Amino acid sequence: MNVLVCVKRVPATAGKITLTADEQEIDTRYLGFTVSPHEECAVEEAVRIVEAHGGSSTVLTLGPEESVDQLREAMAVGIDRAILLQTDGGEWDAVATSAAITDAIRAREAIDGPFDLVLLGNEAADTGDYQVGVRVAVALDRPIVSGAKGLEIQDDAIVARREAPGGGWEVYQVPRPAVVSVKEGINLPRYPSVPGRLRARKKEIERIELTRAAGMKPTKIRLRVPVERESAVEILGEGPEAAPRVVEVLRRLGLLA
Amino acid sequence: MILVVLEHEGGAPDRLSAEALTLGRRLADATGGPLQAVAWGPGTEALAGALGATGVAVLHAVEDARLSDYAPEAIGVALAQLIERDRPDAVLGTGSERGAEVMAHAAARTGLALAANCTDVVPGEPWQITRQRWGGSLLEDARLDGPIRLLTVAPHAFEPAEATAAAPAAVEPFAPVLTDRDLRVRITSRVPAEAGKISLADARVVVGGGRGVGSAEGFAQLDELAVLLGGAVGVSRVVTSAGWRPHAQQVGQTGTRIAPDLYIACGISGAIQHIVGCRSAKAILAINTDRDAPMVTRATYAVIGDLHAVLTAVIAEVRASG
Ligand SMILES: Cc1cc2nc3c(=O)[nH]c(=O)nc-3n(C[C@H](O)[C@H](O)[C@H](O)COP(=O)(O)OP(=O)(O)OC[C@H]3O[C@@H](n4cnc5c(N)ncnc54)[C@H](O)[C@@H]3O)c2cc1C
Ligand SMILES: Nc1ncnc2c1ncn2[C@@H]1O[C@H](COP(=O)(O)O)[C@@H](O)[C@H]1O
Repeated sequence: MNVLVCVKRVPATAGKITLTADEQEIDTRYLGFTVSPHEECAVEEAVRIVEAHGGSSTVLTLGPEESVDQLREAMAVGIDRAILLQTDGGEWDAVATSAAITDAIRAREAIDGPFDLVLLGNEAADTGDYQVGVRVAVALDRPIVSGAKGLEIQDDAIVARREAPGGGWEVYQVPRPAVVSVKEGINLPRYPSVPGRLRARKKEIERIELTRAAGMKPTKIRLRVPVERESAVEILGEGPEAAPRVVEVLRRLGLLA
Repeated sequence: MILVVLEHEGGAPDRLSAEALTLGRRLADATGGPLQAVAWGPGTEALAGALGATGVAVLHAVEDARLSDYAPEAIGVALAQLIERDRPDAVLGTGSERGAEVMAHAAARTGLALAANCTDVVPGEPWQITRQRWGGSLLEDARLDGPIRLLTVAPHAFEPAEATAAAPAAVEPFAPVLTDRDLRVRITSRVPAEAGKISLADARVVVGGGRGVGSAEGFAQLDELAVLLGGAVGVSRVVTSAGWRPHAQQVGQTGTRIAPDLYIACGISGAIQHIVGCRSAKAILAINTDRDAPMVTRATYAVIGDLHAVLTAVIAEVRASG
């Protein structure tokens, strides 16, 4: 099994988002960077599949030079090799991103043979475009199952399951090679070990420089932080003494029998 | 023409589709064109009856026996064919998992841009949209160029369309050209939901726990209170990453979105990725040692203190009052 997993470097925002003065980006001066939890799980899934079935795993990202950090994090938990599709740092839209990822997959496959499975996150943490996986799959003419929370590898098929609209699961069986986008919860990712980190630091990263394809896209005017409902919090008290007032609130909201 | 892609159940559009119809109606009025809809699967006749009332003139019923169960690629191919034939000004899908998926397939096959999770759309030269980023904790204003605008509608950004008149929509069968290859992705089996469990998404009360709970064992009190109040337990990502609780209980951007009458958030700091999952709660009670935690400042009510001590007292008080 040769597995490719696609991740995207995003700022690790926490309590509050601050924008740059031109309202085009998040102010990342005081932030670390990470990938979406969905993608962390996709990385873990790729590592597990190769552990169980043999073969090799590759992580790919399209982003600025600094995205090397996210590639190394993936290698620290067991991904074998890494590809950086290097941009000048500006934001790429979903159409251009998908086209570049598709080209890179084709180029790699021409040398090493096909990836049996391409894994992505269900949606990127920042843009949340919900489409790169489908666009890549359609361009490669491969089946895609989106939003998978369970994955099983068979001899010539992939069985994926995802949550059904009204509860329960729907199961899809598709031929290999295939594309699957995954959601957090499909597995519980491991933490990188110290030797894993050391090994990852020494590994080579394949770099491909890119020029952006022109295409139709939504053109950003500005970002905004949504207006929050203003409400002053009512402090019911401190410590266990507040319990009677809590119960009063429960009763007022009609939550006690 | 404005085309709305519908998901339906029992002859009526589902909640998110009804919301998309509201935006569709508005855009049709603004552009002076008709409002049309497209749907697949059994029951489109009954659906047409329900739709006329919301101002839909024509319902395109995708007819292919192989689409009796959900097959996202094939539906995407069918949508792309309909879009290319009729060239609507805009196509609106829902922001559901299925809506996002079939719209992405249609976009990939038509080569058009797709704007996901829009909260506002203003037609003009060019069209302007507002869409959600970061799971809704950030908004983006953007221009949407191109001859046909594809977009999905953010859940709960619009009220569901209401019935006004009683004339049914005219059903026009649409027979897509589908190959077997288009049908390679389809549901091959189903696993039913566990019976009798209160689902997190539907619970009236959610008792939430974060890093402050301290351990897997620490959740016993939260479980107890949830049972007492007939609610469900929800958790932060720190809790699922630590393996204290399954991911099915995670609230937030990459977990479940909840909308209870009351969310009791214990030892949760209130990171934006958590907040986007619980901001539809009617009221929030935060229990936290830190008076300045975002969860506390955004809450309706708060108790400052150690959550275990507070919960012990609250559980005793609830039992005494029952
Ligand atoms: C792309 C992305 C997606 C994410 N998706 C999600 C998601 O879906 N859901 C989610 O929850 N997070 C998500 N996160 C993670 C999120 O950013 C936070 O890291 C996480 O929500 C923090 O969890 P927490 O509040 O339990 O922990 P902390 O932030 O560590 O907060 C612990 C809180 O407990 C309080 N506390 C400590 N001890 C006690 C005590 N004894 N009694 C009372 N209070 C106490 C502290 O004052 C503090 O406020 C995501 C992050 C990213 C980058
Ligand atoms: N710049 C990128 N580099 C690598 N993978 C990406 C990139 N953008 C999106 N993806 C992948 O595509 C998935 C869906 O992204 P999106 O369609 O943008 O929401 C993400 O979870 C990633 O796995």
